[in-house]
Amino acid sequence: MQTSLPASLLQTRAGLEADEILRSCVHCGFCNATCPTYQLTGNELDGPRGRIYLIKQVLEGHAPTEKTRLHLDRCLTCRACETTCPSGVDYHHLLDTGRERVARDLQRPLLQRGLRFLLRQLLSRSRRFTPLVRTGQALRPLLPAALKARIPARQRLPHIEPRPHARRMLLLDGCVQPALAPQINHATIRLLDSLGIQTIVPASSGCCGGLSHHLDAGDEARMFMRRNIDAWWPAIEDGAEAIVITASGCAPMVREYGRLLADDSACAGKAARVSELARDISEIVAGEASGSDLPGTAGGARVAFHSPCTLQHGQGITGVVEALLQQAGYTLVPVADAHLCCGSAGTYSILQADLATQLRDNKLAALQAGRPDIIATANIGCHAHLAGAAGVPVVHWIELLARLTGQQAK
Amino acid sequence: MADKPIIAVLLERLPERCVLHDAEDLRPYECDGLSAYRSMPLAVVIPENVEQARLALQLCAQHAVPVVARGAGTGLSGGALPLADGISLSMARFNRILDIDVANRVARVQPGVTNLSISTAAEPHGLYYAPDPSSQIACSIGGNVAENAGGVHCLKYGLTTHNIQALEILTMDGEHMTIGSAALDAPGFDLLALLTGSEGLLGVITEVTVKLLPRPETAQVVLAAFASVDAAGAAVTAVIASGIIPAGLELLDRPAIHAVEQFIDAGYPADATAILLCELDGSSVDVGVQIEHVNRVFRDAGATELKVSQNEAERQRFWAGRKSAFPAMGRLSPDYYCMDGTIPRKHLARVLNRIETLSDEYGLPICNVFHAGDGNLHPLILYDANRPGELERAEELGGLILETCVAVGGTITGEHGVGMEKINQMCVQFNTAELEQFHRVKDAFDPAGLLNPGKAIPTLHRCAEFGAMHVHEGQLPHPELERF
Ligand SMILES: Cc1cc2nc3c(=O)[nH]c(=O)nc-3n(C[C@H](O)[C@H](O)[C@H](O)COP(=O)(O)OP(=O)(O)OC[C@H]3O[C@@H](n4cnc5c(N)ncnc54)[C@H](O)[C@@H]3O)c2cc1C
Ligand code: SF4
Ligand code: SF4
Repeated sequence: MQTSLPASLLQTRAGLEADEILRSCVHCGFCNATCPTYQLTGNELDGPRGRIYLIKQVLEGHAPTEKTRLHLDRCLTCRACETTCPSGVDYHHLLDTGRERVARDLQRPLLQRGLRFLLRQLLSRSRRFTPLVRTGQALRPLLPAALKARIPARQRLPHIEPRPHARRMLLLDGCVQPALAPQINHATIRLLDSLGIQTIVPASSGCCGGLSHHLDAGDEARMFMRRNIDAWWPAIEDGAEAIVITASGCAPMVREYGRLLADDSACAGKAARVSELARDISEIVAGEASGSDLPGTAGGARVAFHSPCTLQHGQGITGVVEALLQQAGYTLVPVADAHLCCGSAGTYSILQADLATQLRDNKLAALQAGRPDIIATANIGCHAHLAGAAGVPVVHWIELLARLTGQQAK
Repeated sequence: MADKPIIAVLLERLPERCVLHDAEDLRPYECDGLSAYRSMPLAVVIPENVEQARLALQLCAQHAVPVVARGAGTGLSGGALPLADGISLSMARFNRILDIDVANRVARVQPGVTNLSISTAAEPHGLYYAPDPSSQIACSIGGNVAENAGGVHCLKYGLTTHNIQALEILTMDGEHMTIGSAALDAPGFDLLALLTGSEGLLGVITEVTVKLLPRPETAQVVLAAFASVDAAGAAVTAVIASGIIPAGLELLDRPAIHAVEQFIDAGYPADATAILLCELDGSSVDVGVQIEHVNRVFRDAGATELKVSQNEAERQRFWAGRKSAFPAMGRLSPDYYCMDGTIPRKHLARVLNRIETLSDEYGLPICNVFHAGDGNLHPLILYDANRPGELERAEELGGLILETCVAVGGTITGEHGVGMEKINQMCVQFNTAELEQFHRVKDAFDPAGLLNPGKAIPTLHRCAEFGAMHVHEGQLPHPELERF
């Protein structure tokens, strides 16, 4: 596509990259077909092809207004468009640059800024978020149904001390997951232990930075990244094989550390190494578990798997979890429109509640059409979002596997 | 821009979310799949139901404002290119499948439904909608009807016109008409055929009844590699001459193969100069016999490698590569200009050679990906729109290719339509009397000339100017359009 970015912009790394991405779009419109928001509104501006155009406009020097911002805000960053695009348009990096530009040129109204600030302060710091969730859980019996649906019942888990193994891997603890669903990492530690791998969770690690990154707070995001790098580095030097991530939403972010910190001479090298070591838990389990580790003992329980966008589009991992579940003896029910986002998308379900609810309802209808006993997913955001309205239990798929290895041990 | 009377009226009568009128909102609508041609509309209206569409049309008719219907905006001839003094009427919200009638093998669908989703919805019933443009993932059935779209499988199953049964349309005055019927034939003129391919000039389609076909028992693809495009072209002629009508017969040359393989692992041999994909379908016995036959013909024609799809997944992969080939070209070059000429099949090798010569002369690479079985060429001229003058050279080269097609007895468009892009070549293809006749048809449906005016059929005045332009070479074909 033809572009005319100002020369000043083309002298920057981000500008040059954006120009290249814009030029690689041939305007075929294939991506609109798989874009969740375009399907809902039918407005070109709510599809990737139109958003690319909006960003082009801004980068070419047209001052953006709330309109451009609204349509960029409505993007879920689900990256279904990238999976679809035959031309290989690197949409999300262009979106990052576009959003940064708009944030710079156009201040948000006070209320929006306040809400975004609050979300960042609260959600990305488990020190603050966990006590809040605990209070909510204690008051749960008294809460109105709408709020109750958003707060999962508290899981009391036995403390486990990972057994020492020669093979070690770091495990990302994350921000909201320890409060909402501690059972996920609990299951992961047990499962990896049964595969002869010891997990390490340094106390000072935490949020991957994704939340801040997607709420126009780049500096804060980099702060979180550096903190994790520092927390992980000793274990990496000590031979930890990988950084295991159980929330598929965080994995693409950690894979980006190297890129996002490339200009930070103090830790660019470490950041790149960290990104190299980042693995989604499905990659580890698929790589390690042989047939005997996954006894087909699930007895055919019917599972509807919702592959989060961050798994299938963000990391390009498709069919891996599905194969593991089948191997373990679960029956997968077919799910229509499996490429579509459930509407959770980080803080999207709060900031764009209307679209998010429509997407969630559509997703649940598709997941439940095959009458599953359980819905399994791979990201805490989708997990919480779907659980709020699902008619059957929602779990992380790793819990389903850990259950079986537990049975076997008994 | 809300100061324009039509915008104020539209905003007053339609929900605000249905009317876009700020330059910021309109810019992304300035083109369709042919992004070299751009023009900003006065407003975009996105109706949510037939009533709103009718109202928008009536208001525009009252204010004498032209209307350009828009489906998915994947068109490659500027058919949905907005008019600076008109509104664009986007049918994207009409995206529901209304009914699948399994007994009668038809489906009633809204015009904004994508081509592919019809087949997806029909699949559980063992049925599908046969025409499959490569853009089928995104293009709308309304746009398919308006362009009489073809596809990979049209060689055996026909174009859109052979696969629809009825249309609901709105005229420019907002009058509702049903064209065609549930019966296979109806008395009177075949208006359905007339509406098909009318490029939004006669009416706005609000519903389509499509025919569905039973899925063939077996379908397999033979992939044949050749050492030259010529040899592949000759093999196409040989297959058809041998009495077989494959379900699809497509050609891709080396650059196209390379671009596609960067996107998906389609399984194309990397060292081939050209490949043919030949699909055979029917009962498994027939398909087995035909595959043997086709393999023999290809081998005699000099195929360097032959592969037969071994399962449905592999067959789908072969086609997925073909269907993503145009946009995959974006990996080789920032822009491409897709031509759409047809030629009698026997001239395939000759025309391909001529195209290669022209490509060398103009210094612009050309890739070939096309419906070889139909003789429907799609030379893709690769250029860089950021280099001054390159688009103009690409257009000039494209014009020469189309003239070559006409010279050997072919046409200037196989399936992408005339739109804005080939309007001048229409003057080459048709004489004055023929063009006048076309205008009379348009007048019968749209006497005020407000539906997509200036597209598809050139005014005689325009042809006179084009004739003059041909004498003074080097001038731009569309001086009225914005160019950068
Ligand atoms: C990568 C790529 C591959 C392609 N491959 C093929 C192919 O194999 N075969 C093929 O035939 N085409 C192909 N095309 C061209 C294009 O997809 C078709 O012409 C398609 O039919 C256009 O549909 P659309 O919904 O995008 O229509 P648009 O581009 O939006 O509009 C096309 C025309 O239809 C009119 N129109 C749209 N909707 C309506 C309506 N509801 N009522 C009245 N008029 C309407 C418009 O006014 C315009 O004139 C391809 C395009 C791309 C980008
Ligand atoms: S699919 Fe890719 S090339 Fe086509 S419009 Fe979308 S981003 Fe652009
Ligand atoms: S990231 Fe998702 S929501 Fe955003 S444009 Fe792409 S497909 Fe649409």
